[in-house]
Amino acid sequence: MSNLIESFGEIAGFWLVLGQIALFTLVLLLSIAFLLLLDRKVWAGVMMRKGPNVVGPFGLFQSFADFGKFLLKEIVIPAGANKTVFLIAPVLTCTLAFVAWAAIPVAPGTVAGTSWVVSDLNVGILYLFAISSLGVYGIIMGGWASNSKYPFLGALRSAAQMVSYEVSIGFVLVTVILLVGSMNLTDIVNNQTGGFWNWHAFSFQNFPLIVVMFPMFVIFFISALAETNRPPFDLPEAESELVAGYQVEYGSTPYLLFMLGEYLNIVLMCAMMTILFLGGWHGPIALGDDFARDYALLTSLSGLFWFMLKILFLFFMISMVKAIVPRYRYDQLMRLGWKIFLPTTLAAVVIVAGYVAYSGVQS
Amino acid sequence: MKITEPERQGIARCFTKTGALRALAVYAFWILATIVVLSAVMVIAARNPVHSVLFLILTFFTSAGLLVLIGAEFIAMLLVVVYVGAVAVLFLFVVMMLDVDFVELKQGFLSYLPFGLLVGAVFLAEIVLASVSSVGAVTGNFDASPGADTNTEAIGQVMYTEYLLLFQMAGIVLLVSMIGAIVLTLRHRPNVKRQSIAKQTARRRADAFELKDPSSGQGI
Repeated sequence: MSNLIESFGEIAGFWLVLGQIALFTLVLLLSIAFLLLLDRKVWAGVMMRKGPNVVGPFGLFQSFADFGKFLLKEIVIPAGANKTVFLIAPVLTCTLAFVAWAAIPVAPGTVAGTSWVVSDLNVGILYLFAISSLGVYGIIMGGWASNSKYPFLGALRSAAQMVSYEVSIGFVLVTVILLVGSMNLTDIVNNQTGGFWNWHAFSFQNFPLIVVMFPMFVIFFISALAETNRPPFDLPEAESELVAGYQVEYGSTPYLLFMLGEYLNIVLMCAMMTILFLGGWHGPIALGDDFARDYALLTSLSGLFWFMLKILFLFFMISMVKAIVPRYRYDQLMRLGWKIFLPTTLAAVVIVAGYVAYSGVQS
Repeated sequence: MKITEPERQGIARCFTKTGALRALAVYAFWILATIVVLSAVMVIAARNPVHSVLFLILTFFTSAGLLVLIGAEFIAMLLVVVYVGAVAVLFLFVVMMLDVDFVELKQGFLSYLPFGLLVGAVFLAEIVLASVSSVGAVTGNFDASPGADTNTEAIGQVMYTEYLLLFQMAGIVLLVSMIGAIVLTLRHRPNVKRQSIAKQTARRRADAFELKDPSSGQGI
């Protein structure tokens, strides 16, 4: 932000920053509309159904029709609900999901070492971690303010679940931070240049570490499912037990905001996995520094393409998991988080720290 | 080529610059500071305890914003992760689960007020003394990351060299308190049925099913 202001002057720079934010928001909203459709299509495909196919060709505009429907419905606030908290909760969920995207670098900049990002934070990973740990508040507040038993039970389950899985996510992040030696997301992506074998999930540049880093990627993927309340960990909204969990009493626009926040969080988790483990915007084969220097804009655009493709792939995986895997029992979920993931990731942190200390990968 | 440090520092460093950026930072400071003070007052003034905790969370979060403003982004993020993301969730849990009588809760308010004011006054005096005596803290030329490029590095360098012993001791204190909590609450009850995960996963189809072919009218 400050470099834009420095190079374009105060007023123009300020408006450019606002324009950047608006562009990000617009692209995100449009992508969510089609990703939602993809999710439903994949789910339908696995069940040998057709999925939404009425609105527009192949049902392409289904999400927009749903959007209009949600906006036009009446907002019902249950009797005895805490009105302010009830309405703030979905807004909070949605806002936090958007705010986190400020730190996500989506493509390499035309100057080496920079990237297309709203705010290139020094503590990018920590920022994302902090924002995603706030996500639980939307759910707790919504569940509590509804003044109803099922939403409250759903909210309590969700809070316990998210706090548990955040611990293992935190340790997985630490392994990546140790390897890179920086918490800046652009630095993390740039540490994975030179072909897919250098991505952190495979880590061939530190060969023995593939034994640790690939499992870390898998653990992060599973924890991301739990963190975003996706199946098989969708116990907060388990419809066979809790109707729809914390969002039972929600309808109309507040429900839309919850939905939007949920899907934004899923895509955010995909983006985080891409950046941390799958090389971010780097293609599977490196084109070399000369190419990047001579065709800077083309490099940026192809970077954006690879980044989006990887997010799409991970989103497809998450959709498939939803379609295929049966729901966990609550005690199994807690056991997986605390008794398996926590010790494994803790051991991984020790191993990676030892490797980094004795092999001197970091300068 | 790496981008230079001033570019990277974001709005944090703008506090020391002149012109519009500084003005922006000052506005941001006043807005955040007002929110911090108001929400801190609301923590004790709110009638509903859940609202109190929510205001407490707002206070934490806005304080993190103030820390970002002076360039201490690492501490700001830790504040959000640890206090807002973990500690306050537990607060909220406990307060929501309690069956509190709101009227009864407010009855002792006046008798506790003098004591609360005293604690507040002592705290304020301490902070004022500390900021007056330490050089540069309130002059505006405050450097959040002395001797390093980033706040994270600066803290790491001090924490793992000069204050290593204190850091480790804090870790041991936490470990002892954790063990203490487990010892106090863990009770082995003999009659509780427990699951054996190994047994469950070791179970095969042959152990669980048996095919019988009873002839009609006979049963098994």
